[in-house]
Amino acid sequence: MTEASSGAPSGPRKDRPLSPHLQVWRWHLTMAGSILHRASLIVLYFGALIVVGFLLSLALGEPAYQAYRGVLGSVIAKLLMFGLTVALFYNIASAVRHLFWDIGKGFHPKTGDLMVAASIAFAIVAALVVWFIAFETGAL
Amino acid sequence: MSEGYKTPLGRARGLGPSHHGVGHFINERVTGLALVPLALWAAFAGLKLAGAPSFEAAKLWLQSPINATLLAVFLVIGFLHLKLTIQVVIEDYVYGFVSKSALLIGNVCVCVLGAATAVISILMVALGGGAG
Repeated sequence: MTEASSGAPSGPRKDRPLSPHLQVWRWHLTMAGSILHRASLIVLYFGALIVVGFLLSLALGEPAYQAYRGVLGSVIAKLLMFGLTVALFYNIASAVRHLFWDIGKGFHPKTGDLMVAASIAFAIVAALVVWFIAFETGAL
Repeated sequence: MSEGYKTPLGRARGLGPSHHGVGHFINERVTGLALVPLALWAAFAGLKLAGAPSFEAAKLWLQSPINATLLAVFLVIGFLHLKLTIQVVIEDYVYGFVSKSALLIGNVCVCVLGAATAVISILMVALGGGAG
């Protein structure tokens, strides 16, 4: 590790050593899992606001509700909602995964990779199941 | 004032940890844990609401005290969790003092307004005071 090689310590205050960032590391699964975790949180931020909009339209009365439903019913909205479902389930899996790491379990590189792979698989499968049920019950 | 006139202690001050990171971390994890069952319930609720698209059906669903309570709890804890987690993302990736401060304050505003709007809307529908 040559963490101080870039930006030699010329001054006493500036050029403090930086921690190695994305461009320094080889891509691996736990890193992708961490990035996906943050990306899914940003997606869910907007997802939460979509739910708030739904409740607000319900409180404002039928015309507002029907208009909002109409927007949510479009193909683009449905695709976005599918992404939202994946993000939601990925976040659930990530919360559980981090709980194991927080109590000091699952730090072996292979175990960590496996946990991330399982989280991603769970997110996709669970989202597909939910949308399959929606399709079967005619909710889609 | 020039840095050169400061004592070594004066230069070091304010560069260390803030000492309130542990509370933030624990709140983040506990809200995340609470959201696991709540989010699973929310996915189930979303399916129910999508399957009964009429205005009356949606109102009736939200007028159930259990649904109204769980949905309010889900959204309040959800926004609390989002406030804590997105705050860390902003702190990690935004460097400018003004832009970082603006985003951090904006994050709090969005989360507080979002949670408040959700709870008031739920109460309006659940208590039958909603328009229409």
